[in-house]
Amino acid sequence: MAAVERQQWDVVVVGAGGAGLRAAIEARERGARTAVICKSLFGKAHTVMAEGGIAAAMANANENDTWQVHFRDTMRGGKFLNQWRMAELHAREAPERVWELETWGALFDRTADGRISQRNFGGHEYPRLAHVGDRTGLELIRTLQQKIVALQQEDHRATGDYESRLKVFQECTVTRVLKDGERVSGVFGYERETGRFLVLQAPSVILATGGIGKSFKVTSNSWEYTGDGHALALLAGAPLVNMEFVQFHPTGMVWPPSVKGILVTESVRGDGGVLRNSEGKRFMFDYVPDVFKDKYAESEEEADRWYADPDHNRRPPELLPRDEVARAINAEVKAGRGSPHGGVFLDVSTRMPAEVVRRRLPSMYHQFKELADVDITAEPMEVGPTCHYVMGGVAVDSDTAAARGVPGLYAAGEVAGGMHGSNRLGGNSLSDLLVFGRRAGRYAAEYAHGLADRRPPVDEAQVDTAAAEALRPFTAGAADESAAGAGGSVGAGGEAGPPENPYTLHQELQQTMNDLVGIIRREGEMEQALRGLAELRVRARRAGVEGHRQFNPGWHLALDLRNMLLVSECVARAALERTESRGGHTREDHPAMDRAWRNVNLLCSLADPTGGLAAADPARAQIRLARERTEPIRPDLLALFEKEELVKYLAEEELYE
Amino acid sequence: MSGYEARFKVWRGDAGGGGLEDFTVEVNDGEVVLDIVHRLQATQAPDLAVRWNCKAGKCGSCSAEINGRPRLMCMTRMSVFDRAETITITPLRAFPVIRDLVTDVGFNYDKAREVPAFVPPDGLGPGEYRMFQEDVNRSQEFRKCIECFLCQDTCHVVRDHEENKRAFAGPRFLMRVAELDMHPLDAAAGAGLDRGRAAQDEHGLGYCNITKCCTEVCPEGIKITDNALIPLKERAVDRKYDPLVWLGSKIRRRSGA
Repeated sequence: MAAVERQQWDVVVVGAGGAGLRAAIEARERGARTAVICKSLFGKAHTVMAEGGIAAAMANANENDTWQVHFRDTMRGGKFLNQWRMAELHAREAPERVWELETWGALFDRTADGRISQRNFGGHEYPRLAHVGDRTGLELIRTLQQKIVALQQEDHRATGDYESRLKVFQECTVTRVLKDGERVSGVFGYERETGRFLVLQAPSVILATGGIGKSFKVTSNSWEYTGDGHALALLAGAPLVNMEFVQFHPTGMVWPPSVKGILVTESVRGDGGVLRNSEGKRFMFDYVPDVFKDKYAESEEEADRWYADPDHNRRPPELLPRDEVARAINAEVKAGRGSPHGGVFLDVSTRMPAEVVRRRLPSMYHQFKELADVDITAEPMEVGPTCHYVMGGVAVDSDTAAARGVPGLYAAGEVAGGMHGSNRLGGNSLSDLLVFGRRAGRYAAEYAHGLADRRPPVDEAQVDTAAAEALRPFTAGAADESAAGAGGSVGAGGEAGPPENPYTLHQELQQTMNDLVGIIRREGEMEQALRGLAELRVRARRAGVEGHRQFNPGWHLALDLRNMLLVSECVARAALERTESRGGHTREDHPAMDRAWRNVNLLCSLADPTGGLAAADPARAQIRLARERTEPIRPDLLALFEKEELVKYLAEEELYE
Repeated sequence: MSGYEARFKVWRGDAGGGGLEDFTVEVNDGEVVLDIVHRLQATQAPDLAVRWNCKAGKCGSCSAEINGRPRLMCMTRMSVFDRAETITITPLRAFPVIRDLVTDVGFNYDKAREVPAFVPPDGLGPGEYRMFQEDVNRSQEFRKCIECFLCQDTCHVVRDHEENKRAFAGPRFLMRVAELDMHPLDAAAGAGLDRGRAAQDEHGLGYCNITKCCTEVCPEGIKITDNALIPLKERAVDRKYDPLVWLGSKIRRRSGA
């Protein structure tokens, strides 16, 4: 079999965004020899694209802010489906995680008295987001990257080797988590640069791979977001939870076509920007749902007063949670009141002086100027919804970030499910990465330490199978030639047939998900999507590659297709099953939120653990769904809400428990 | 505006050698060079190697040389070129080629490790840091850096002088030294580390003769030369030739901390 480079580590972190790097720092500081594997160069992860800020109740901008208020906002934003213990830990620990970044050299924007400045954002009762202009994600990733370098400098002084205790394997892709029985034994992957295979043996593996947006055509996500960690968990036997909840950020660029989907930060609205339709109307006042009626302004005058006097006025409806704003924009465009390029107008030019726009929103100014020839200080932007974030993910233990049923497997950040319920609030992602990245690093290190010398061995047969799977695209053409030589290219097993272009398959997948499992969903369309996905899955088995293994993007994409198809099926199946509308899941045929679904989680797992039969047969499903009742919310946390509010969300029997 | 066919020359090859390959490819309204490279991959050259990530000018992955000028492919609009023009894309020249448009940028990661990290001030716990906006502005400008390494690529000290790489950190990492030196709470001086002197002695600041090439190619518009390198040179010179200035600055920093 193919030559494979082998190494031993205590903890392997897959992914080098905010969650992965924070996990690696924690694991290394707790004495575990830690390896980080990432698909891009170190410091380029998708976290750099986060703009608005990190939500943490530090109370620098409004002294009334506390973790309890943050917890409440998070639960409301997620429509009470959140794994409440995660939301609690997140709200309690976020301030410490932000302050700690300052001790590693981060430079946030400041308040007049020298503390960390905090800005308003959708769904947050008080100004809560620590930020650096509109490039907060870059500051976060650079700070964590530089902390890793600082630890490596320490190790260099102690051992003479920068990488003796903490090493980043950049531009490597993991394709399988290896197991010894139930337990994790390491990972299998390849170096993108050379195409060589790599086995890192480790008792603990932390998935921190981010999201799934690249399965959708219009998305704010980078190429890395192919659902790798979601798929790795499924293939390793760990279930995913609530995959139907996909956040469409209300404001992505809509023109020119080549930039469609690129994010326009929520800070634009947080700092005073307003949404208008083609008639010039601030339409969000018409879209405040019942559950939020008493918390949002009813007139433009009140909304405008709120920026200066938030204690005596209610917030503008442009700052509703993202799911509400995205649906509203969608409805306006559908009603024929959209902008020339099929979005709506987002305006800061009439709301603040040009120099304030350039100071507070420098990268938005730059982005529109460079990519769309639009000067946002002088004219409105055109924006529309874009696939941004998946709330669903690996089902984890709230405290330890451990995946279910697979000892040694952990997940943190976007790849983990539960924390955000059915909809994430802006700013809660960067804080999530830090809080649960650290927890995953801690518990993964403790678990590895507890095993001491009894490290699970790597099963050679699994390594061989993984290598064969990775090499398959190179022989797709050869299989076809032999089939053609035998006088036919059609086979029920789906193996025969012409080799497929992975780029074409990817485009068809994105179109399918965008059109049929997008922001507004219908039963018939999702069934159609599932049939389409099954056919694409069979064709993807024949994805062929030209050239060789050295830095070959066609090969990389052919391998990523497996993951995108798996997670897409999870999204479609769970979305079909949940017959209500809640947060990032909107059913046209079931438009209301249903309290009976409040305490129901949908779990996705692999239908055929060997993966073989289902992949080759369009009639079989790859994913099996199960319903599960959520754990009742702890009484002292429920007591943070008014009874009248709880009635809107909780099922009858939950209220009386 | 409608689509048109553009002519491209793209460098293809690896460490063993290579050359420019001709392509004719469709271009649509509003597209950037990276869109064209992706269309080449999808339709004509599936194994064309290129790095990219965010496609929004925020990650600094898709650096290349377009008609000889170091640029981000995702932020270079096709509309800046004449339709009749043949556009040439080549990999960054200062770094060894891996394949096609992908180079080995390991030099930069090695240099990053040679710059001593932020030194947290004694006696201040998490949450106790107080800094004023006017005092963090300078370092914040440098922290806008997306590490695209275009400045490293264009800097003549290393662009055609491989032999200088050992002793010279390059504009990006000299700027990192300046950033830490100007950080209001960095306690390096108290720990016996003079960042200005280290820039001169360890990181090759003396090689820089302020031609501002780095500033010109910076996609973030950071004034690398004026705001980072020149002030750093001034401090280094002060300290080197005037022991009293050097001592005074140390004492002032300590009492301020």
